[in-house]
Amino acid sequence: MVLDFLRKQKYITVQPGQEINGARGAVESVWVKCERCGELIFNRDLERNLKVCPKCGFHFRLSAPERIAQVADEGSFTEMDGGLLPVNPFCLADYDDRLARACRSTGLNEAVVCGECTVEGLPAVLVVMDARFMMASMGTVVGEKITRAAEAALERRKPLIIFSASGGARMQEGMLSLMQLPKTVSAVSKLGQAGILYISVLTDPTTGGVSASFAALGDIIIAEPGALIGFAGPRVIEQTIRQKLPEGFQRAEFLKQHGFIDLIVARPQLKETLALLLDLHLRKEA
Amino acid sequence: MPVVLDFERPIHELEQKINELKKFAAEKGIDLTNEISVLENRAREVRESIYGHLTSWQKVQIARHPERPNTYDYINYLFTDFVELHGDRFFGDDPAVVGGIGRFRGRPITVIGHLKGKDTKENIARNFGMAHPEGYRKGMRLMAQAEKFGRPVICFIDTPGAYPGIGAEERGQFEAIARSIMTMATLKTPIISVVIGEGGSGGAIAFGVSDRILMLEFTIYSVISPEGYASILYKDASRAKEAADEIKITASDLFELGIIDRVVPEPPGGAHRDPEAAAKNLGEALAEALDEVLKVPVDQLVPYRYQKFRAMGSEFIKEGPVL
Repeated sequence: MVLDFLRKQKYITVQPGQEINGARGAVESVWVKCERCGELIFNRDLERNLKVCPKCGFHFRLSAPERIAQVADEGSFTEMDGGLLPVNPFCLADYDDRLARACRSTGLNEAVVCGECTVEGLPAVLVVMDARFMMASMGTVVGEKITRAAEAALERRKPLIIFSASGGARMQEGMLSLMQLPKTVSAVSKLGQAGILYISVLTDPTTGGVSASFAALGDIIIAEPGALIGFAGPRVIEQTIRQKLPEGFQRAEFLKQHGFIDLIVARPQLKETLALLLDLHLRKEA
Repeated sequence: MPVVLDFERPIHELEQKINELKKFAAEKGIDLTNEISVLENRAREVRESIYGHLTSWQKVQIARHPERPNTYDYINYLFTDFVELHGDRFFGDDPAVVGGIGRFRGRPITVIGHLKGKDTKENIARNFGMAHPEGYRKGMRLMAQAEKFGRPVICFIDTPGAYPGIGAEERGQFEAIARSIMTMATLKTPIISVVIGEGGSGGAIAFGVSDRILMLEFTIYSVISPEGYASILYKDASRAKEAADEIKITASDLFELGIIDRVVPEPPGGAHRDPEAAAKNLGEALAEALDEVLKVPVDQLVPYRYQKFRAMGSEFIKEGPVL
């Protein structure tokens, strides 16, 4: 039985860019190999373990729906601005195609999902980026949705939690993308002035224009173990300085050591940690 | 030897001929005024025709021209009583960022800018205008100081980008850039930014969150260099020329997109051909921009700035069905 599955896997060749039957392929739903330790994990076990390798603790990347399911109380999440769609401002040859492909393979309109929910009964506005969608690069719509989420948090006086994951600004939208940095930063700054809690959770990878804007400015900054976090990508740095980067460079643990994040929280403890922090800010007397 | 760009060569050759004729006339005592004036007219025509139809890539080359006036040059031309202030009070003094206080048309102003070098030696010392975190933090410190004493801030943007190095990452350049953006977004004093050469991505926007954003005519402002864009999206860095057109990085393109407020004309041949004239144009544009922003009540500056950046790109969003 087990061997059958393995044999089947060998016969399927996937061309780069080809999609496997929508979001979940028939084959990859059965066995997954851990990217770090190579352990072959039964997918159902991996999912039961919140997509953390049971052997080495490697945190697999989560899609936005998976993240929301792990963090929000069941049935509590109401999406906001889910219909916003990017346009191709400079009419680039293949940007529309890339967007359409990302849309089909993720089932999302853009690289971020925003909404309201409760976390262990405590209210929050929740923003989750999804790296499957063009590396969750930030273009006009991603910036707009995050800005609207921050504005909603301000208006409704609810804490804001943003799960970042991004390769940076979306190059296909040129300077319009770069302008999302001040736009989103301005929006989260308003929360600070109004005394509303903003928790930033950095997940693998958070780099470029997202790390250098709202993601860096949480009142509390949490990172997932092993997440790559930095401004310049490691390959660009290696090319610039012409030397190999040390092991662990720009990983969550490195950032904590250098004083740029508050906490590293493993996925099984993440929801309770968020709930505890929300509670410490929402309930003035216990 | 001056640096002559490919497309500048016809102008350069004519100018050389004119100089030779002038020298010859002077040495031999012959009157060549007519011949010289014919050539001078021709040079003017050629210059106007070349500079009137520059491609985006040619503008990139001018924006990066090694003889282009840098932040110090404009400070010298436009400010009096300038006092340079150093250090971020945390780690060090970034030579790629210069800051201080000076008088612009009599009024004390805080000036902050990236600083490129004039030659290889100085460029190495100044890291080619690529700031480290301490550069942005020096900038933030001076902005807060300007707010405290009610001085406007003028930022000169001239950087290929943030520096992709080990120290810069260890000292948290993502945080420094983010915090600089926040400092500007919430600063209760007028801010004007002007791109005087290259405006490279995160390193540029860290000094670009302003009430008025100006660009000199032949400068660029971009989310990624045309070379970087070509190498990532076309998998071919040599197609940077196409990329320069495609992603809209020139002053005129960005003015049309509504991202910048004003294009400041450069003298024929570019700012490097006549730095004094370039500074004069910039001085007039800065004075007008300053007059405009000084009219805004201080408590309205931050809300206006919020709306300004909030609106950028909103015409490129459409509403569709929720998936």
